[in-house]
This record gives sequence, C-alpha cells and structure tokens, in this order.
Amino acid sequence: MTEPVLSLSGVRKSFGALKVTDGVSLDVAAGELHALIGPNGAGKTTLVHQISGMLRPDAGSIHFRGSDITGFSPERRSRAGLARTFQITSTIPSLSVLENVALGVQARGPSPLALLRHAASDESLNGPARAAIEAVGLAERADVLAGWLSHGEKRALEIAMALTLEPAAILLDEPLAGVGREEGERLIALLKSLKGRYAMLLVEHDMEAVFALADRVTVLVYGRVIASGDPASVRADPAVREAYLGEEG
Amino acid sequence: MSATPALPDAAPGEPQAFALPARKRRPLIAIILFLALAAVPLVVSLGLPAHWLTLVTRAMIFAIAALSLDLILGVGGLVSFGHAAFIGIGAYVTGIMITEGRTEALLILPVIFVLCGLFAAVTGAVSLRTKGVAFIMITLAFGQMAFFLAQALSAYGGDDGLTLSDRSTLLGFKPFASRTSFYYVVLAALAGCYLLISVIVASRFGRILRAARENATRVTVTGFDVSRIRLIAYVISGMIAGLSGFLLANQTEFVSPAYMSWARSGELIFMVVLGGVGSLHGAIIGALAFLFAEDALSRLTEHWKVIFGPMIVLFVLFTRGGLVGIIGRLGRRHD
Repeated sequence: MTEPVLSLSGVRKSFGALKVTDGVSLDVAAGELHALIGPNGAGKTTLVHQISGMLRPDAGSIHFRGSDITGFSPERRSRAGLARTFQITSTIPSLSVLENVALGVQARGPSPLALLRHAASDESLNGPARAAIEAVGLAERADVLAGWLSHGEKRALEIAMALTLEPAAILLDEPLAGVGREEGERLIALLKSLKGRYAMLLVEHDMEAVFALADRVTVLVYGRVIASGDPASVRADPAVREAYLGEEG
Repeated sequence: MSATPALPDAAPGEPQAFALPARKRRPLIAIILFLALAAVPLVVSLGLPAHWLTLVTRAMIFAIAALSLDLILGVGGLVSFGHAAFIGIGAYVTGIMITEGRTEALLILPVIFVLCGLFAAVTGAVSLRTKGVAFIMITLAFGQMAFFLAQALSAYGGDDGLTLSDRSTLLGFKPFASRTSFYYVVLAALAGCYLLISVIVASRFGRILRAARENATRVTVTGFDVSRIRLIAYVISGMIAGLSGFLLANQTEFVSPAYMSWARSGELIFMVVLGGVGSLHGAIIGALAFLFAEDALSRLTEHWKVIFGPMIVLFVLFTRGGLVGIIGRLGRRHD
C-alpha cells in the first residue's frame, strides 16, 4: 500500500475534563474521499481544526505528505498543500468572487505580498482564479461581492478558494450544512467531479451524500472512532446503527 | 459601514450595497480635492486672509498623519491609539538635528524613517499579539511611553518643548522657509503619500491587508501570516506619520511633548472617522474639516472645546461613513 497523503495517529485533545478527541487514528489515501461522520458533539469539527492547525492536539501526531506537521501553523499547512473549508462559510464579503479566489492564487504564486503591484488587473492572479471559479460553476457570478452570494454559492466559492491552493488534500467541514436541496445536489455533483483528483476528508451530516460520495467512512462518537471501513460495511455495523444511524431512521 | 472604526474580525454586517459606486467615485473626489488645495495660495493672493495659508498647511500636515493612520485603521482594521508618537518622533528628530546644526532634510528624513520604522516594528510586534480593545490599550501605552520620554529630554527642552533656531534646508535651498513654497512642499508631500498609500491599498499586499480585516481566519488558512502583514502595514504607517512630524516641526518651529499626547492620537482617530474610515481621501477631508472646525470655534470662544466635544459625539452617533459617506449619498441623489 502506498503511503497515505494525510495520516493521524493517536490524536488527543481535551477541553478541561472533556475529551473531545480521544485517540483518533485515521488516514486519507491519494485521490480517496474519506468521510467522517458522527452525531452532534462527536468532535468532528474539533478534529478538522486540529488537522488544519487552528487547534493543537494534546498528544498524537499528524503526518502530511510524509512529514510531521503536528507543530505547523495553519498558514504553513496551507502552503504545504492542505486546504480546508469551514462549517460556517468563511469568505471575504466585501471582495468579489474573483478577488476572493485570487487570494489563493496569490498565496501560491511568486511575490505574494508585492507592495506596489496592482492586484485587480493582474492576469497572473485572475486567470487561474477564473479557471477555479469555472470548475465550481460560479463563472457567471465572478464579479459579485462574496457577501451577496447564496449560501450554496458561498460553499462553492470556498471550494474554489481551496482549489487555487493546488492542494494535495482538502478538508471539507460540512459543505452541505444549511444548503437547500437543489444547491445541495449541485454541490454533491461538484464534489463528485473533484473525486480522484484530491485526497479529501469530508465531514458531513447528510447520510445520503456521504454514502453517495465516500470511498471510506469513519464514524466518530464522543471523540472516539467506533467504526471505519467501506460505506456498505459501516452502514451494516450494529454499533454504528445504534450510536448514530438509528436516530436518523 | 458604521461610523465607528471596524475592529479586527468584525462581523460581515450588512452587505456593502454601495461599495462599487463609491470605488468609482473615488478618483474624482480626490482630483477635485487636490485641485482645490492647489488653488488655495492663489485665492489667498487674491484677498483671502493670509492666516488661511497657515491653517491649510497645518491641516494638510495632519492629513498626512491621518492618511497614514487610515492605512492601518481603515484598511487594516487596527485601531491604534498611539499614532501621535510617530508625529512626535518625526518632530523631535527634526528639532534635535536642527538644534545640532544639521538642517539638511535629506539627512533628517532618513533618520526619521529609520527611527519611526524601528519604533513601529518593536511596538507593533508586541501590540499585534493582541486584538480589539487590548490592542487599543497597548498602542496607547506605547504612545504614552514616547510622550514621557520626550518630557524627560531635559537637554532639549523637556516639558517646555524646544524652539527651533531655523527651518530645514533641502540641498542648500530653503523651500521650507517662505509660506507659499512651504505650502506647496506640504501639498506635494500629501499628494505623494496619498498616491503611495492608494497604490499599496490596491496592491497584492493591500488586498490581503483588507481581507484580513474582514476575515483573518480565512486569510490565515489561505497561507498568509496575518501578523506579519499587519506589522508591515504598521511600520509603513509609522514612517509616513514621521514625515508629518518633520513638516509640523518646520511649520511651528517648535516641538513639545504635547505633539505625542494621547489626546492628539485620539484627534487623529477622529479625523479618520470624521472623513470616512478606509477611503483614504476621507482621512484628508476629515483632517481639513477637523482643523477648520477647531479654528472657527476657537475664534468664537475660549471654551470652544465645550462645543467641539459634543459635536464630535453627535457626529459619530448620527453619521454613517463620515463626510465621504455624506458626499457619496448626496452624489447618488443627483444620479
């Protein structure tokens, strides 16, 4: 087996007496879509924060593309090729869609902080940004301010922003949360189109989406992995049914 | 879009419905503003009291400082309450060097830029570890440190301040000596700073600085070191404010610790808020309006601060987007 792109081993995190992440080990192979599911309060977002570097684990290690990134700052992880989206969409509302996406192009390209170089007219930023916007189906909305987008469009924008980082892996924190049905279907189609090209860790509540998209599913309950495997066997797992799927009907 | 300065990581708030038209209107307002300023000496020669030339010169000097503050406050979202310290450093370096017989501006200015840059780098590196109110308080504390240091400079006047024996020179010429030529020197400096800061705001760097004001987390996960970007902006801002200190010392031929009092820092913030946060030309309009109001009220009564204070409060309470916002709304009404 080839080395996974992203791998967690024995990651632990407590807030006071509460163990939010209790020895989680999991990995994501190149091109694999690995879904992380679990009931509310299972510690999924906390885990994503630890992978993206916004929280530091108390113990355990995180390896990305063969190197230990446990102590890396978020910006350093991003530059190493680990992109993420947020459960609560996180964009720059007063910048246009194009400008938002160009931020990522700028971060990856040469002289990202040039002091005197006009940004808005810079084709070396706008060109790749437009390509990413097209890839997520927002081409017609390129000049709209991000604050004006619908919820689903903001989700797509976040994915475009992640793509411009030329990532090796993308962390998707509930990309379907709060999105209407029609837009949700569009997003699922988008994620499907990206499948195979990036290693993706998908945190999601929407079971239908998870079983339609995932190559592998890991179930997190109270910070602990209770099951992991291909979608069919996880769906059949009695512990999972009891802890999670049961309540969904 | 409120009149109060945006704190870092402020909520997105209402969608900025008027952002695009305002962006287009901006060069026009700036051009009119600079043409009007360029015409002031002419109008004075045609019969306006000569006092106006001094007043507008002083206002433009503060406009440079307000402009530099707008870069970090309006664009970067960092409410610095110690900005007068940079004016003070600029003024004191000028005063001390002239007292020591070094009047050449090309000698004084590099010293000012280095010292202001250093002061900004050191104080910024500490202050930028904090956010919001803590940031305001730490910048205030550093500003007061500079103030007390100036008070302790007994060799150069201490508490009483330092009277300059002469104005600066430039390569042997005396462009700072006559009132009219000094006016144009200050106008040129203001125009230069305005252009420089406009270019910076529109640059790759400026875009990141603006983006970090609205959503620092997003900028961080995109791969940028937000603290470093803010520190660079803080240093640039401090150096430009130092330039205004140089000009102020030359105009008044006097420097004193009062130049860097916390009240002066507060006035700079108010100039920016009065004009319209983050628009750059708003900072210039704000500084002009502030100094005109101060001048007019102080002629009416010696207790002018009693009137000025409440005016400030009412203005902040009842206007949105400062004077530039009002101009923008008037402009739209005629569209």
